[in-house]
Amino acid sequence: MIRFVLMVNRQGQTRLSRYYTPVDLNRRAALEADVVRCCLNRKKDQCSFVEYQDFKLVYRQYAALYIVVGVSDGENELSIYELVHNFVEVLDKYFSRVIMFNLDRVHIILDEMIQNGHIVETNKNRILAPLSAIDKMADG
Amino acid sequence: MPAVSKGDGMRGLAVFISDIRNCKSKEAEIKRINKELANIRSKFKGDKALDGYSKKKYVCKLLFIFLLGHDIDFGHMEAVNLLSSNKYTEKQIGYLFISVLVNSNSELIRLINNAIKNDLSSRNPTFMCLALHCIANVGSREMAEAFASEIPRILVAGDTMDSVKQSAALCLLRLYKTSPDLVLMGEWTSRVVHLLNDQHMGVVTAAISLITCLSMKNPDEFKTCVSLAVSRLSRIVSSASTDLQDYTYYFVPAPWLSCKLLRLLQCYPPPEDGAVKGRLVECLETILNKAQEPPKSKKVQHSNAKNAILFEAISLIIHYDSEPNLLVRACNQLGQFLQHRETNLRYLALESMCTLASSEFSHEAVKTHIETVINALKTERDVSVRQRAADLLYAMCDRSNAKQIVAEMLSYLETADYSIREEMVLKVAILAEKYAVDYSWYVDTILNLIRIAGDYVSEEVWYRVIQIVINRDDVQGYAAKTVFEALQAPACHENMVKVGGYILGEFGNLIAGDPRSSPLVQFNLLHSKFHLCSVPTRALLLSAYIKFINLFPETKATIQEVLRCDSQIRNSDVELQQRAVEYLKLSSIASTDVLATVLEEMPPFPERESSILAKLKKKKGPGAVSVTELEDSKREGGELNGGGDRGSDTAAMAASNASTPSPSADLLGIRSAAPIGAAPASAGSLLVDVFSEAGPAAPSAAVSDDGFLRDLEQPTETSDSLLVEGSGDSDPKFPVSHRFVCKNNGVLFENQLLQIGIKSEYRQNLGRMYLFFGNKTSVQFASFTTTVSCPGELQSHILLTKPVEPLVEGGAQIQQVLNIECLTDFSEAPLLNIKFRYGGALQNLTLKLPVTINKFFQPTEMASHDFFQRWKQLSQPQQEAQKIFKANHSMDTEVLKAKLLGLGTALLDNVDPNPENYVCAGVIQTKSQQVGCLLRLEPNAQAQMYRLTLRCSKDSVSKRLCELLAEQF
Repeated sequence: MIRFVLMVNRQGQTRLSRYYTPVDLNRRAALEADVVRCCLNRKKDQCSFVEYQDFKLVYRQYAALYIVVGVSDGENELSIYELVHNFVEVLDKYFSRVIMFNLDRVHIILDEMIQNGHIVETNKNRILAPLSAIDKMADG
Repeated sequence: MPAVSKGDGMRGLAVFISDIRNCKSKEAEIKRINKELANIRSKFKGDKALDGYSKKKYVCKLLFIFLLGHDIDFGHMEAVNLLSSNKYTEKQIGYLFISVLVNSNSELIRLINNAIKNDLSSRNPTFMCLALHCIANVGSREMAEAFASEIPRILVAGDTMDSVKQSAALCLLRLYKTSPDLVLMGEWTSRVVHLLNDQHMGVVTAAISLITCLSMKNPDEFKTCVSLAVSRLSRIVSSASTDLQDYTYYFVPAPWLSCKLLRLLQCYPPPEDGAVKGRLVECLETILNKAQEPPKSKKVQHSNAKNAILFEAISLIIHYDSEPNLLVRACNQLGQFLQHRETNLRYLALESMCTLASSEFSHEAVKTHIETVINALKTERDVSVRQRAADLLYAMCDRSNAKQIVAEMLSYLETADYSIREEMVLKVAILAEKYAVDYSWYVDTILNLIRIAGDYVSEEVWYRVIQIVINRDDVQGYAAKTVFEALQAPACHENMVKVGGYILGEFGNLIAGDPRSSPLVQFNLLHSKFHLCSVPTRALLLSAYIKFINLFPETKATIQEVLRCDSQIRNSDVELQQRAVEYLKLSSIASTDVLATVLEEMPPFPERESSILAKLKKKKGPGAVSVTELEDSKREGGELNGGGDRGSDTAAMAASNASTPSPSADLLGIRSAAPIGAAPASAGSLLVDVFSEAGPAAPSAAVSDDGFLRDLEQPTETSDSLLVEGSGDSDPKFPVSHRFVCKNNGVLFENQLLQIGIKSEYRQNLGRMYLFFGNKTSVQFASFTTTVSCPGELQSHILLTKPVEPLVEGGAQIQQVLNIECLTDFSEAPLLNIKFRYGGALQNLTLKLPVTINKFFQPTEMASHDFFQRWKQLSQPQQEAQKIFKANHSMDTEVLKAKLLGLGTALLDNVDPNPENYVCAGVIQTKSQQVGCLLRLEPNAQAQMYRLTLRCSKDSVSKRLCELLAEQF
């Protein structure tokens, strides 16, 4: 099961975090900082799966952006690794500019893909369907 | 591409975000944020009602601020208001805020539930999805109560939109996890399973998660999912790469769905139906074949997706462990990955091969890769990959390659990362013991281990080498010689001194003939290390010295001199002082004969499971050590130690222990090696022996002080190690309430995080239960609280003596005492609820405490005549309860007797005319009354059946006891 998804930049600032298992609000910042430190320190030739406490981190780097997924034991690492890429491709497909301005939409996209810690949809067109509908409504 | 901000441009928000991004320092950022927070607060408090747009804008800002890591303590109400908006974006922001920021126990839940109810009945799919997401994300009890019955209906209804079905499936899963009692699948089961056939792949993807979880809990109800999953998988695997259109990812058809299907199948044994099985094997073969085909794309995404399926398929093959052909093919495939240029693949291949090594079909195939794996251990640049390589070496080790593997692991240890040294040490120690053909090799290996990584050698490891040396005559001389040589090193590790002190104290005489290791030389060598050592080691050395006096009378004067000096006899440490004083006195007043008796050579230890293995298992959590490995170690461990059957010596050993705090005292702390009956020196020490690493447990003295414990009879299996029992006990199929009917001590519960051990004592209608909570992780548990409640008729009265400390440090153990008073007979066990935070996540456990009515038995001895007279007196039909049942456990006489005694009754001999039958009598003491009970158990070994009859003066007790006992035999 997926425990959380984090997007962080190289400075360690969290750009997006989504938790699927309850983590105290005041513990999140510390956890995120620690997780990020774990991944930032790693070199290119190290593997993308890190054992962390009693679960695993699967991370993938895109230029200055890191996407880190915490998964419980038993989750298929490679499929999560590619899920991250699928997610990034969806973001690419949808956004033409810096995603920071459209955080709500990133959340919508993520919610279409992962619910409650489980993969729910992987088809790009269907992931984007609700957003397209919103854009058509343009209900401002 | 859609112009993202069209029509929805929250300019204020964009400006704010730009501002933040332009902040040069953390201080500037905080200042800007505080300004914004003040602004929003005043807007929310202002008299003017805000329109939906402004509300949305401000809530969105709050969300952003929160995501930057700042606490948000207002705005919840405004977010809730947004839920009732008709505009999607406003509603969506409201739900998002609530999902991210509202805890499940918030007071706002009622308002939120109302909004959700409206959206669920709106028939607008996007609104329904938002509402379902929100239920899934918050997942509180109240939400479950409100919606648990509604959601299965939405999930299977024919007219529900696909996207809504997806959300409903995951939502139901969440509710099932948080409130299983409220989610009643019953009538929905078959329709939910058939979602696997849904033509929409997204629906299948979502439904599998739900079905997998439900299958794990109720495998039988859901077993029809196997054939459906196989046919679905087969259709995907055999489809052309373009058939599934949008679900094809880099030419791989539906990789995520395939992985999930393969995972679902891992909840079940291989299909029984031949056709289904054939189809599945075909699928697995196709997946393995595809791995050999040239890639359809050079992109790494293509090979990753393909390999994700491959690894999941291999997991399934290993799970079945029944198809030799597939297992060997899987192994060969992984072998190729071991040398792949992608680190990720090498890592996963090592990990997966590790499980393959434990299958008898593929063990040999795995072994052929030994050189590659050793090379990985030496050259991999990533510690986690090296760790996997070390694990694999451990898993593939057997008698044929043990020397090579142990040597490689030892040499790796010299440079190994600190984080994995302790585990490596344990593994080397286990392999050395398991596969030792000659004991000199074993002793050499362990001493090398201490030399190379002394700091990481835990007590279990050096205890174990001493046990083995003591149990094997043929290695004692060699061990003494080797340890003597090792101690020559100018700087040797304290653990070496401990082993040296112990072994020379016992077997120094075996090398004393050589003038280079004469008694005095040995003593001086040991004593030269004395001052550098910690108190426990010094205590051990003092014991070695007194043993020297016995072994070598010529050293008596020198040693007495040492004992007599102020630094010993007036040492500020009480233990050292006491030993010095007592040993000095003993050596001067006792005759040689007495001395020789008191300081006799240690008798062999009873054979138990290796304490090291137990420790490794504890470290890795249950399940990490494969079954074959355990069996191996039992078999070979026995062989190594001369085949057990030395239990009779334990009594002698206990005596020698009681008479003097000889070095044996240091060894009695070994958890799984403590001999039965060795501990009853004092009731207080019992508690310490239960867990030798008692951590900050309440001092045992405080427990024995009140005298309550001392008055009690010693429970029958007192010092039996909890840890060892734990491995057998945690069989999940066997409910706790049944495991403890005939015994008072053991591991009540164990998972990855927490181990709970109990010891309990009962006298008349009173009982006392000690709960030991052990934190198995290295991380602190916070807000640790326990509560006990008695469900149903509150019949037994339980008092927690005092609340536990709210913090449990990593690796520590805390203790709690329960006082129990039985008021009248009862059937429901009290519940223990434990809550704590681990890494921020709230853990909540409820366990049944093993308090059963039979605990309050007082045995009653009576003669045959009396028994039958009373038996007749209790002849009313409701006073009797009878059950005929099949034997679930061994029918061995001794086992049965032990169980019946454990029950608390008196086992009466020569009462029943048939000597095969067992007859017991006892009185259950409750505060309100005493209930006399008679029991008769008639085994039929041929039919493997029992007839159990109970007659009690109170009918409810007969029934209850009968239920309880029927599960025991």
